[in-house]
This record gives sequence, structure tokens and C-alpha cells, in this order.
Amino acid sequence: MPELINIRDLPTSVSERRVVVVGAGPAAHRFVTALRGRGDRSDVVVLGEESVAPYDRVNLAKHWDPDHDLSLTNVGMWNERTHLVTNAWVNSIDPERKSVHVNGETELAYDELVLATGSAATMPPLPGNDLAGVYVYRTVNDVDRMRANVEALSSARGPEKPPQAVVIGGGLLGLEAAGGLVKYGFETHLVHSRDWLMSSQLDEGGGRTLNRAIEQRGIELHLGQRPSAVLPAAADPSTVGGVAVGEDLIEADLVVWAIGITPRDELARDAGLETAPNGGVPIDTACRTATPGIWAIGEVASFDGTCVGLVAPANAMAEVVAAQLTGGDDEFTEIDDATKLKLHGLDVASFGDSLSRKSGTLDVVMSDPVEGVYQKLVLSDDARTLLGGVFVGDAEPYASLRALLGRQLPGAPKAYLSGGGDVPDAEMPDDLVACSCNNVTVHEIKQAVGQGCHDLASVKKCSKAGTQCGSCVGLVGKIMTKEMEGAGLEISKRLCEHFELSRPELFEAIRLSRLTSFTQVIEKIGTGRGCDICKPVVANILATAFHEHVLDGGRDGLQDTNDRALANMQKDGTYSVVPRIPGGEITPEKLAVIAQVAKEFNLYTKITGAQRIDLLGARLEQLPQIWQRLIDAGMESGQAYGKSLRAVKSCVGSAWCRYGVQDSVGMAVHLENRYRGLRSPHKLKIGVSGCARECAEARGKDVGVIATDKGWNVYVGGNGGFTPRHAELLVSDVDDRMLVKVIDRFFMYYIRSAERLQRTAPWVESLEGGMDHLREVILEDSLGICDELESAMGDLVADYRDEWAETLNDPVKLARFTPFINDPQATDETIVQVPERGQVRPATAGERVMISVPTIGIGA
Amino acid sequence: MTVLTRKTHSTAVETLTWTPVVEEHRLERDVGAAALLKGRHIALYRTWNDRLYASSNVDPDTGASVLSRGIVGESGGVPTIASPLLKAVFNLETGECLTNDELSVETYPVRVVDGIIQVGLDF
Repeated sequence: MPELINIRDLPTSVSERRVVVVGAGPAAHRFVTALRGRGDRSDVVVLGEESVAPYDRVNLAKHWDPDHDLSLTNVGMWNERTHLVTNAWVNSIDPERKSVHVNGETELAYDELVLATGSAATMPPLPGNDLAGVYVYRTVNDVDRMRANVEALSSARGPEKPPQAVVIGGGLLGLEAAGGLVKYGFETHLVHSRDWLMSSQLDEGGGRTLNRAIEQRGIELHLGQRPSAVLPAAADPSTVGGVAVGEDLIEADLVVWAIGITPRDELARDAGLETAPNGGVPIDTACRTATPGIWAIGEVASFDGTCVGLVAPANAMAEVVAAQLTGGDDEFTEIDDATKLKLHGLDVASFGDSLSRKSGTLDVVMSDPVEGVYQKLVLSDDARTLLGGVFVGDAEPYASLRALLGRQLPGAPKAYLSGGGDVPDAEMPDDLVACSCNNVTVHEIKQAVGQGCHDLASVKKCSKAGTQCGSCVGLVGKIMTKEMEGAGLEISKRLCEHFELSRPELFEAIRLSRLTSFTQVIEKIGTGRGCDICKPVVANILATAFHEHVLDGGRDGLQDTNDRALANMQKDGTYSVVPRIPGGEITPEKLAVIAQVAKEFNLYTKITGAQRIDLLGARLEQLPQIWQRLIDAGMESGQAYGKSLRAVKSCVGSAWCRYGVQDSVGMAVHLENRYRGLRSPHKLKIGVSGCARECAEARGKDVGVIATDKGWNVYVGGNGGFTPRHAELLVSDVDDRMLVKVIDRFFMYYIRSAERLQRTAPWVESLEGGMDHLREVILEDSLGICDELESAMGDLVADYRDEWAETLNDPVKLARFTPFINDPQATDETIVQVPERGQVRPATAGERVMISVPTIGIGA
Repeated sequence: MTVLTRKTHSTAVETLTWTPVVEEHRLERDVGAAALLKGRHIALYRTWNDRLYASSNVDPDTGASVLSRGIVGESGGVPTIASPLLKAVFNLETGECLTNDELSVETYPVRVVDGIIQVGLDF
């Protein structure tokens, strides 16, 4: 029983209380996270019958792509106090003895038992449902099996006759299943018992709009009908051949049932626990069942006689039980059944009384059949209080509106619908729930801002708002901006708790006072001892201001791990190695060495977007050997790890290309060799194109150089990434010499005056006067600093040294490339790779559980 | 049938075993190091004031054994380690995460005997 090894380990842990969770779905995951978040130190055992760690079932549709990893993160949450047992079937619960029986052989005692058994997909007892090729849509295993069948069918059928699928059930799950099948080339039919899809969430107008949109996506609908039988194939009576629907027979190679879910309350019923008439285990507002010591959360919990299959209430219940078990008095009082999803690229959302069930409600409707948009607000009879809403085709207003449920709308209802005019800029009430998945109020978001979270990422992290389904992120951003504006926050430029100065101020102070170590800097102009924000910034400034090796003079402790290891750390703790390939030009000899190194060290090899080669999966202790091999072949570090110049991308240029007007490769090589190793507030990229066709995509770079028949045009401030931006023209038709001068000045001015992690685009924007100011400084020398900028750059260029070679020549630095200080020969056995497309990749959290990687054995 | 019941409660101090790791002088200030102790990955740190700390080396965000390769720092006077991967910051004294309530790392007592760093383990 290898899967029970973890159970047998249990007696070694020491705790006053054991909490056993039956079920390992998202509710169980949330419960464990919440319990630990409250500092509880009970032993927790999670028993899951699936063979994988808890995963995000909400996004099951994404698993049609088998590479999409649905595991809920934090594999580190499983440790010696928190055990996940997979393939664990609970046979029975004994409420008297307070124990559960697992896999027919183990009795596990509990102090508190949390039922999180979820539900099963419903399949009615129709003839033919036992045939091969009939599925339900509930688990990753269901999708895996379907995908395998689909692939077999597609290859057996050949392209001339596509395979055919019938999905039964036009709710959320059915539509998702159908979407996956369409993607796999199935001719897909969808059978639904009502006249419009998603009939539990959408009113007729919204539903019919959705019907049209789904039909347009190639799915044939059979509405208002139920199947009467699933029929075998003529050729092979053990497999499915069709579905009888009314008078019709729909041919089918595959049938998927998605008509709803049934709570998994059988364990509870067998144990003599109370169950609800409609299924499920009844809970009170504390999520307690009627049996002492037993709680229920998620889809199996019946609240007010109803079980719901949505993630928000499941999370809320999990939080309530975690609170109750740690002395809190949180309560679950209301099921939030708001839904928002993207179906086949189409936004659909509903919340509150979306079907206008209450009497006397008023509907405000916007319907645009041409655009396929339907929006409805349900209001109280005085047209003021928002009671619900439906959105199909455009759900943009959803996030703000669902938060206002049960409240008076601050403006005219129609203004909240698309194209309806401006929404009044009213203050949002503090107790309004902005993020319903995690139950985060407007007040809590404002608090996060007040505690110093001044960008969306930190507000999300701090408040947990917007971290689950993501539909409220826009709203969270609005609340944050408003709060910051209201507080007169011009986004503080203070670097961190240790430095009141902004980065440019710090740069000037360090340069002018000639402070050369972090200790000097923090003692003279900071407070405390530094942190992960200011240490790398100071190290970076010291490198540019005094051009020394980033690891010299005790600077190791200042650097991010990437700079310390001179390689990029990947999610599993291994590193990637990127040798410099200036301008993307490489000899076959060097290419062969890279290939040999990759093969020898079993590195995953990928061509990067910057015309370089990334070698991934190197262990810490392998890095020096890998560098030595690359250096022996005449290569050097590509600084892919640093806040520094990365690569200069080029097209082939006039040497080969019939359109080229300048030697773009030659210029790219020259520029890359000039600025290699240059440390900057953020990474820097350059592109050089040999003609106006712009094959090097230079305008997507911090500096874009584009050949003209008279010389070069220089563009600055472009980038790809999260907010792509085209670089803007700084100067036209400069010669080679002037081109270098302009870039010298631009880079140096940027390095001295940009904020921490500010790329060139926002930096240019932040300059008073923007591009005009930049032209004055760089081209007209309005500040009289051009000579100084050029000479500072000249010094840096002259002092360039390869960081890899310097490390190899220094025994002290080399000694740090050992994984364990007390056992120089040992390697990290928790690094596990699995094969994929002829190479390797890190095992996912789910795979690690299955290959029983010793995560449990490596400490909490 | 295996019957598993709770172990009777005993205090953590009683079950500590002091495990020698490495000579004190080999641990550099502000540069963490990982050690393999009884099959577990432990991170050791020496802070600016030459205090020693030990925690699990496993980053709870990712499960990767990398915490010792983060940046040792200070926040409000408390010694901290910032994970090198997703940058969660942990209090080295308590293991609490200062940036995400849901995370924490196990910490262990450290002492020096005859110039050798020892870590107190309860497993």
C-alpha cells in the first residue's frame, strides 16, 4: 500500500489535535490553507480518492490541453503536520469512536472531521449508459479518458469524416465539455431539456443570445428535449453509436453527460448522519453538521436545503470551519451564486435574482442581436435597488455591479450597461464585497492600500482579492486607484522601509559621496539593515557607479539569487544558462558546443525570443562546469539573469538581404559588445533592423535602431511584455558614431534617473516634458551633462569583465556552488524532471505527488 | 488492521535532538546556506549581528528547496529571509510570512558548541 505510507508516518508527529478531511478537492485545499493561515498546528490528514493533489476544478475545461497544470499551488503546504493521502477511499465513518476507515485496512482516529466529499456527476439510469464511449464531465481523469478516446477516434476516422459527439446538458459544464470537443474536431451536438442554454442562470433573453452565439461556434443545439436512450454502434455493440432524442437519432462516437451534480453524501448516510431531502449533509451557519465533531463544506454541504456547485460558497464554508476550529465565530449566512465565465471566448455572467423571480421587479434591458450582446439589470419596484443581473457577450459591467447587489445604484441604471453613458463616480461603501471568491470587502482593499500596497500585485497578495477567478481584478484596481488618489498618494517613491530616497536620489547620493559598500550606504543614508528590495538596488547602483564585479566586496548577500548564481532560477530551484550570442550571430562550432553541453547535462533547450539559446534545468553545482565548457569555446555570460542589457536582436541586413540598406548584424554585434554587462534599473533590450521593413522588431525594444539610406533612425522607450509599447522616434538619420553617442547618453541618463524596476517606456513618460525633454537633454545637451554621461559609459565599457570567468577564477565564489554546506557530495533529490517532447521539464505538483517525491520528508 | 491513534502529547523541547552541521566560521554573514540533516533540507543564516537562524529550506510557495538562496534582510528590526522565487518574506525568528498570511516555514533552534553550529530538530 505505497499510497498509505504517509498514514503510517503519522504517529511520529506530535500534536494535540488531529483534523481529518474527507475529500481532496478545492474546498479541502482552501480549508487547509485557511487553517494554517490562522497559525493552527493540528495534525491535518486530507484523504482524497483521486490520484492527484487538489486541483482547480473550476477550470477543468483547460485540461483539454493536457499540459495545462490545474494543481492548486503551494506543494509546500504538505509537510509532516499536513498529510495528503491520495488514492484513499474512505469506507466508513464511526462517529462514536471518532474514526474513519480507509482502504479497507486502516482506522484513523480524528478529533475533528471535515466532510468535503463534493459531488458526483449525475447520470440517469438510461439504457445504454454502460456502453464504451459514454462519459461524465467532472474530474481530470474524465477529461484524460475522453481526450484519449477522442485522439483514437480522430486518427481512426481520418479527415474526411469527422467524429461526432453528443453532449447532454446545456449548463455550464455541458458547454465547457462541448467546447473541448469542438476544439478536437468533433461535430458536436448539445441536448438540453429547456429552451435556452444555462437556463438556471440566464433569463430567456440572455439564454437565447447565448443560443445564437453557441450555434455560431458550430455546435448544433437540440433544445427542449431529453434523450430517451443511448444506443450501441452497429459495428461494435459494446460501444456507443448514437443517442435517441425525441423523434431523432443523433449518431455519436462519444456521449458526455453533464446534466448536473449529486452531492456525495453516501458516507454520511451510512454513518447515520442526517442528510437533506434533496441530498447533501445539512449544516448550520457554523458549517457544523448535527453530529458533534463533524463539519461539512463545499458541494456536499446542504445549507437551507440547497447544495451548490460553485467555488465561492465552498471557499466561504472552508474559511468558516477554519475559523470555528481556531476559536473564531465566523458564520456562513448566504449562498453567493454569482457566476462569470468565458465560454468559447464569450463572456457570460449572472448574479442575484437574475431570473426576476421576486414579484414587482423591474428589468432594465440592453439587447443588441447584431453584436450578440444582452445585458439586464433587475431592480426593485422603485427602480433603485439592484437585485440581480445577466450579461451575455459583454460582461464588463459585471464586476462593479455584482458588488452593488442589494444596494441602491448611485446613478441611472442604464448608465451601468454597455454604451449607456458615464457611471457616476460615487464612493463605494466599505462593507461591499468586491471579491466574492475570497470574501474581500472594499474596506479590506482600502486597508491593504493603507498598509503600503500601492500596486495591483501587492494589493492582490495582501488582501487576497482577485486571486481566484480573477473577475473582480478590474474593480480592485479601481478601488486601489481611487483610494490612493483620495489619500493624495502620488505613489510614494520611497524605496523601502530602509531608504526614504527614491532610486535616482540614491544613485546620486552614492555616486557623489563615493559610498562603495552596502554597509556604508545604509549607515550614511538609510536605517536598519536592509531587505530584499533595497539590497539588490544598491548592488546594482554600485555596479554601475563603480563598475565592479557584482559578487565582489561582500556583495553576494545583496544580490537576488539570479545575480548571485549568475543564472536564472526556475520554479523547481534549477537554473537556466544563457550564453551571449551577440546580434544572434553564431558559428556552427559554437552551436555544436552548446548542443554537446545540453546533451551532456541533460538540459532542456529552447530558442529565446531574443535570438539566443536557453539551457534549462541545470543544478546549482553544475553551473561552474557548464560555464567552463562554454568559456573554453569562446563564449561568455549573456547576463540573462541581471537587470542589465540582455540581447541585441537583428535581421540579416544588407550583407545578405536584397532589401537591406545597412549592415544591421554588424551594428547589433557592435552594440551588444559595447553594452554587455551594463547594470540598469530594469532589463534593457535593443533591436537593429537593416531597412524600414523592420524584421528585427526593433520598435518593441528599449532602443530600436532602424536603417535608412542615410544612416540610422533611433527609437526609444519600446517594450513587449505585459504592457506592449512601440518605441518613439528620438532622432533620424544619424551616422554610426552619433548613433553610439545617442545610445550612451540615453542609457546613462535612464540608469541615473529611473525608479526601481521602471522600464524605459514608463520612465520616458514620467519625465516632465516627455520625449521633448529627452531630445533637449540628449541632442541639445540642455542640462550640460552629455560629456559626463558619455564618459561614464566609456569607463563601464572599458572595465567590462565576464562574470562567469571571474567566478571560475575565484575559489571562494566557486565554493558557494554546492547545494549542501555539510555534505558537498549530496545532490538535491527533490528536483524531479519528467520527459516531454524528447526533452525534460520539471514535474508538476500533481506529478510529484504521484511519483511520491519526498516532499513530505524535507521539512515543513 | 492498522489502528492509528494520536500519540500522547509531549512537549517539543523534550524531543529536540541537537544535530551538528558545520563549523561556525564557514557560514558567511547575510549569505544563507542549505544543509542536509536527517534527510531534510535545512537552511542556515547568519545575520548582520552574527546571530544564527535555521529554517526549512523549502519555499512553501513552490515546494522548491531554495530558501537559503534568498536575500537575508531585516524588517522592523526582525531578521528576515526573502524567497528567491516568488519573493515571500519570512520572519526568521518565528517562520511567519510577512507578505502572505497563508504561508509559513518551520524554524529550528540553533546553538554553537565548540565552534560547531548545531540545529535542534524535533524529528
